[in-house]
Amino acid sequence: MAEYKGILVFGELADGKLASITTELLGCGRKLADELKEGLSCLLASDAVGNLSKEAIAFGAGKVYVVEHPLLKEYQADSYMQVAEKLVKEISPRAILMGQTSLGRDLAPRLAFRLGTSLTTDCLNLSIDPATKLLVQTKPVYGGNAQAVFISKLMPQMVTVRSKAMSPLERDGSKKGEVIPTKVDIDTSKVRTKILETVKEEAVGIKLEDARVIVCGGRGVGGSEPFRTTLKELADLLHGAVGASRPPADNGWVPEAVHIGLTGKIVAPDIYIAVAVSGASQHIAGCSGSKHIIAINKDPEANIFREAEFGVVGKYEEVLPAFTKKLKELLAG
Amino acid sequence: MPVNMIVCCKQVPDPEAPPSAFKVVNNKMTLPPDIKPVIGQYEEFALEAALKIKDAAGGKITVIALGNNFVRDVIKKALAVGADELVLLEDGAFEDGDSWAIANALAMAIRKIGAYDIIFCGRQSSDWDAGQVGLGIAELLGIPAVTLARKVQVTDGKVKVERVIPDGYQVVEVAFPVLITVTSELGALRYAALKGIMAAAKKQPIVWKPADIGLEASQVGAVGRRSKLEKLFQPVKKGKCEIIGGETPAEAGANLAVRLKEAKLL
Ligand SMILES: Cc1cc2nc3c(=O)[nH]c(=O)nc-3n(C[C@H](O)[C@H](O)[C@H](O)COP(=O)(O)OP(=O)(O)OC[C@H]3O[C@@H](n4cnc5c(N)ncnc54)[C@H](O)[C@@H]3O)c2cc1C
Ligand SMILES: Nc1ncnc2c1ncn2[C@@H]1O[C@H](COP(=O)(O)O)[C@@H](O)[C@H]1O
Repeated sequence: MAEYKGILVFGELADGKLASITTELLGCGRKLADELKEGLSCLLASDAVGNLSKEAIAFGAGKVYVVEHPLLKEYQADSYMQVAEKLVKEISPRAILMGQTSLGRDLAPRLAFRLGTSLTTDCLNLSIDPATKLLVQTKPVYGGNAQAVFISKLMPQMVTVRSKAMSPLERDGSKKGEVIPTKVDIDTSKVRTKILETVKEEAVGIKLEDARVIVCGGRGVGGSEPFRTTLKELADLLHGAVGASRPPADNGWVPEAVHIGLTGKIVAPDIYIAVAVSGASQHIAGCSGSKHIIAINKDPEANIFREAEFGVVGKYEEVLPAFTKKLKELLAG
Repeated sequence: MPVNMIVCCKQVPDPEAPPSAFKVVNNKMTLPPDIKPVIGQYEEFALEAALKIKDAAGGKITVIALGNNFVRDVIKKALAVGADELVLLEDGAFEDGDSWAIANALAMAIRKIGAYDIIFCGRQSSDWDAGQVGLGIAELLGIPAVTLARKVQVTDGKVKVERVIPDGYQVVEVAFPVLITVTSELGALRYAALKGIMAAAKKQPIVWKPADIGLEASQVGAVGRRSKLEKLFQPVKKGKCEIIGGETPAEAGANLAVRLKEAKLL
């Protein structure tokens, strides 16, 4: 039996940089590895990794396994699986940390079943049980109405971690680490799916994840029009972005890319203005990291008022324009 | 060509029940008895995906649900909207399984059913929110899987799936048999017609115990788990909301702006 040691972070690249989730995982992984007195390594797989391996070291990795292959340019489960499976079997990590991202959601369960181990997805908190050295994994369940703590004795222990749940370390370019180029031959006969087309629906203006202010509309907004007029006007005034709960995205009032929540984007702006959103737990999962939540809803019993710091009870059609107008005056004067 | 489809549906506590209704008692989630369970939201979308294919190409839909104490008129909704068969893996032994135990039992049941072109699952269950069982079934059966489908079309033994990716979508082609997990933009499940409800009322589900799918009671449910549930708890909610008033809603809106300025949020 192999000895399982160390923590492996499955890294992701975004726009030529380390994805923010990867720096978060490295921050968390570093702490866990130090507690175990074991190493932290990071896998970076892409068509071209460039000097991002150095970045991974600057953010806390001790070893970086670099796998470069033209077939890794775009994520495909069957090719990424070959890379992940091979590396994990080679280095036998005690724990594998992945992001609860598009890639992590798709790859982590496959890998766990392939390796015959267990996986906890969407963790908010990880710690080491001092007695057993096992990973204590906390994840929200029942749409955020409760949290569950899981432990598994099977190795490697696998988790995916929600974005913005962990803090990255301060970048330190002077850190030393080892970069290990790793060769994986991808057997294309095992790639059973074919990507015919990839269509990006770029959002215009400020990206939701980067916005300091978000104006989020819910089903009660009633249609697509207000998202382009009253809600947008408020967002523009505050240099923010417009988001939505799931129903507006399902109804096609807004693009899917602005859907916030458990199954949408996770955001943490300074100010989150929820307009005609009831505040279902699954929605709150995506915005509870906001510094200040402000709610406008006609129903005084709406759950959003349990989450908000300030609120107005009333029809948004009447409340919102007056709010925006007054804000404009206050900001001007 | 008619398409053979299997849809995995779970009976769950209503995820849209008010958050205050959810209470953890002795490490288990409880809801007041007047809040009826439902078929999980994403499984309803999955069922709709299958029904759309049945509309377009014809075929057969078998719904499988694993659990215990199924409320018949809840789970029979699947038949009422147009599924052809309902298989219940129903036994006390199936209770409290983790993603691994559930996927394993469902994969065994699917092997027993035999012929299938597409297996549909929801992207995640509305109780454990794991998002694992579908991909687990695919791994156990050794078939390809495509996740987060918002549109599924079938042509000559091949499937074209539009899958949601960050800021867009992808069109993926894959041959039968395949497992597909479905997301909400596929569209809501259709309503049952009266005729469907009447037919469903008459139809009896097939019920299988662990032994019927070749498993021991010790391989399923709580004892078949790979991860241990240490604790289920509800974090305490923070502060309370300051409601800003006014003579009219508009005035309240203006007052809110003033209050935010006062609180230095702007
Ligand atoms: C597994 C799972 C995952 C999910 N993931 C997500 C997710 O990621 N994101 C998400 O948002 N949801 C998600 N949901 C759905 C979630 O449970 C709720 O159904 C959804 O969030 C409700 O959206 P809403 O608040 O916009 O609509 P509703 O619940 O219908 O609320 C509309 C609100 O608008 C108010 N209103 C109506 N008209 C007006 C008016 N004129 N002025 C002011 N107020 C008005 C009403 O009082 C009401 O409170 C998920 C569900 C499940 C089961
Ligand atoms: N007990 C069950 N019975 C039938 N299908 C299930 C069950 N549990 C999970 N599934 C299927 O697997 C999907 C993902 O579940 P999960 O991994 O629990 O999030 C669900 O949307 C269902 O389609």
